[in-house]
Amino acid sequence: MNRTFDIKHYRGFFGITCLCLVILYGPLIIVMVYSFNDSVSITNWGGVSLRWYIEIFTGLESAKFKAAAWNSFTIAIMAATVSTVIATAASIGMIRGGNFKGKFASFALISLPIMVPEIVTAVATLIFFSTIGFKLGTLSILVAHTVFCIPFAYLPISARLQGIDASYEEAAQDLFANRWMTFRYVLMPIMWPGILAGFLLAFIISLDDFIITNFIKGAGIETLPTAIFGSVKQGIKPNIMALSTLLLLFSIALVTLSYFIGKRGEANQKSQQ
Amino acid sequence: MILKTFIGAAALALVANSAVAEGKLSVYHWFEYIPAELVQKFSKKYDVEVTIDTYDSNESMLASLKAGTMGSYDVAVPGDYMVEIMVGLGLLDTIAEGELTNINNIEDQWLNVPFDLGRQHSIPYQWGSTSFSVNRDVYSGNINTTDIIFNPPEQLKGKINVLDAQGEVMALAALHLGMPQCSTDREQLKSLDALLQSAKEHWASFGSDTAKDVLVSGDAAVGMIWNGYGARARAEGANIEYSYPDQGYVVWMDNVVLLNDAPNRANAIIFMDFLLEPENIAAVTNYAMYADGIKDSTEFLDAALATSPEHNPRAGAGAGVFVAVCDQTTQEVYDQIWTRLRS
Amino acid sequence: MAAGTGSGSTVSAIFSPVRIWLLLPSWVSIGFFLLLPVLLMLVYSFLTKEFRGGVIWEFSLASYDQFLFDRGLFGDAPAVMKWTYINIFIRSILQATGATILCLLIGFPTAYFIATRPIQSRTMWLFLITVPYWVNLLIRTVSMKFLIRDTGPLNELLLNIGLIDAPLHVINTNFAVQLGLFYSYLPFMVLPIYASVERYNFTFSEVASDLYASKITILWSIILPVVKPGIIAGSILVFVPSLGAFLAPDLLGGAKTFMIGSLVEDQFKGNAGNWPFGAAVSMILLSLVLVVLMFYVRAQQRDQT
Repeated sequence: MNRTFDIKHYRGFFGITCLCLVILYGPLIIVMVYSFNDSVSITNWGGVSLRWYIEIFTGLESAKFKAAAWNSFTIAIMAATVSTVIATAASIGMIRGGNFKGKFASFALISLPIMVPEIVTAVATLIFFSTIGFKLGTLSILVAHTVFCIPFAYLPISARLQGIDASYEEAAQDLFANRWMTFRYVLMPIMWPGILAGFLLAFIISLDDFIITNFIKGAGIETLPTAIFGSVKQGIKPNIMALSTLLLLFSIALVTLSYFIGKRGEANQKSQQ
Repeated sequence: MILKTFIGAAALALVANSAVAEGKLSVYHWFEYIPAELVQKFSKKYDVEVTIDTYDSNESMLASLKAGTMGSYDVAVPGDYMVEIMVGLGLLDTIAEGELTNINNIEDQWLNVPFDLGRQHSIPYQWGSTSFSVNRDVYSGNINTTDIIFNPPEQLKGKINVLDAQGEVMALAALHLGMPQCSTDREQLKSLDALLQSAKEHWASFGSDTAKDVLVSGDAAVGMIWNGYGARARAEGANIEYSYPDQGYVVWMDNVVLLNDAPNRANAIIFMDFLLEPENIAAVTNYAMYADGIKDSTEFLDAALATSPEHNPRAGAGAGVFVAVCDQTTQEVYDQIWTRLRS
Repeated sequence: MAAGTGSGSTVSAIFSPVRIWLLLPSWVSIGFFLLLPVLLMLVYSFLTKEFRGGVIWEFSLASYDQFLFDRGLFGDAPAVMKWTYINIFIRSILQATGATILCLLIGFPTAYFIATRPIQSRTMWLFLITVPYWVNLLIRTVSMKFLIRDTGPLNELLLNIGLIDAPLHVINTNFAVQLGLFYSYLPFMVLPIYASVERYNFTFSEVASDLYASKITILWSIILPVVKPGIIAGSILVFVPSLGAFLAPDLLGGAKTFMIGSLVEDQFKGNAGNWPFGAAVSMILLSLVLVVLMFYVRAQQRDQT
């Protein structure tokens, strides 16, 4: 074949891809750069300094952000854990449960939180809690987040499970393993990267959530996004940019982790074949 | 197994973190209004853990309380007309005679206010005016007219930020048209609606908590703003001048109220007594740059406040008026007008 | 992925006797905490609003009436079709469409480019594209706001290199909102298209080229139809969240132009305090989304037959 004529190549597509990356990363990088700005005014450059990072941890507003961060992380861990457990059970039920009537309806129900626009979920949840008299607080946020995270955890888990040959479990059954043992010793080790990916995805979704949390949080409770939003409305201050950068780096670390776990999972699987 | 201990530990930690100090106080407050050092001073002195939630308008505070947060907060800080509304809705607890030891610190003129006779539910907090500030770099003409907001000159069109606050915007609009607030005359109400719709063309944004930032950053050249917030914008470098329109402007008083079903009522009373002490309220005044209604606080105030233009109406300015509370029918029309404006 | 030596099937019924127990937690949690609340919200939209916030349990069509009809300032004029709220919906649809088109224009070439890279670098490219998505949406919106404001870095840069004379006034405009939406959901467009293009068999292109088809023709007549499911999936993933978005219009649009999300938010947290109306607007939004999704499912089924 003529090597200088690449059928796949379209002129300009590379340029657009680079533009895409510039657009995606540009604002984030700018925020990161300005978070090291020594001057109080964010528009003038005053030199490099870490003062805003120090201020987040020790300054006047630090108590508020620390409490918000604490709330965010504990809620995210608990919501992700519970929703991952529920999603794992659901995916086994859906994919290893044979065909049954209402399987489509079941799938629709599990995907419901993703289909419904976030604002509608927020409103419906607020109305519901208010009608049954459920006191708004950390627990209300936790419940809403758990429900909302289930489909996000479900997706990677079921994707992984779908790719696993059922013969492993059949072999275990032939060897008189009961269902729990089959799951625990056969399925779970192979599903493990998917479960972890689901957990990480649910964790990030819960950590990032703003709209639903803003609607149903109770008195005195802030999560990181709601605290940042409240602060940003009054003006984008450098300490917010430092906080945003920290969150940004944390998210990147999580994605990288998830990516490497995924790779190791695949490598393990290949080595088992 | 590991997972279970993990969840258990996290749950325990979550619960433990919320039960630290001896006493608690849950405050519902305007944003960026009370200095953190004052809160810490109170917290340390009385061993009370204080949580503060914020709102950016009287109306959204009411909406939130009605949405289910009654019983979660001890005190709130509504404006004058909102106190009257809350009393009417039965949201406020009564302070018994003698419960507040510092009640005599209140200046005489603020003791028997029309919206809370005898101060049975509230104490004065801060009072001030609402008008607008203009960036002198952009416009150097006469700013002492409400035309700047409702019928702006060319240079200012499209650069105006208006407070997202129904009570004050409607009051200012009524002043501009020279009509009484809460008028029941249909023609007048229609003209109010028409004025707001036509003025909106020239407005850039609605924002209360962004009101200072848009002036400092230059996103807006005219900002409807409370006088103290405007003074702070000026202190942060904005080259702005506060206006006292010929047609008049809005004055208000924010009050700390005791809410019904307050979970920490005793601590709430202590907090209100704390804020009635001249030195403490002066800390708020110095921070928020308004004025307080407590006797003898002057010695603790920053000298600059006395001469600040945002605190001294010019001679010849129109009258400052409080926002009026309308009857239900008129209020529903007002709500309609506001909804049409905001949509 | 799994190349076992067994039957090769991945759907089995080993767990079917216990499947009720496995599925029950998800059914109960989502059914009770989402489905039920949505139904309750439907009921709420037919209730009467209480003066100054709250709801009275009396049947009333007032919310839907308020949405569609204008009965004058005083509520007693003859009913005229009201366009205010319908306009908000139309505006939101237009904004969402604009954002979707922007995402398509940038996302399709990007996805195509990545899919045609050698396998080793492909994962790296994908990684680069997905990372920003993992950053908090609020932070991304705020950084966009910071970037494009009149005194922000973008304008400073353009002024410094002399491209423009006065700052580009982008903030607080409709375009800023579309930009914000585009920025928020771009990865959602790229990934499904990438998945589709990756499955495309490039020998088709080679055959077409042998038959003297130009590259443009190949793109338009061969590749696009094959990749269509990915394009549609991506478009839906951008369009639907954009419809109900709140952060972009609030932070970037100056809160001046209400979109559906802002309208709903105002009913519950802002000045308006009309719960039944907020519920009605949410129901209308939900119905709109369900219609879009039904079209998608119908189109999928038609494609597969």
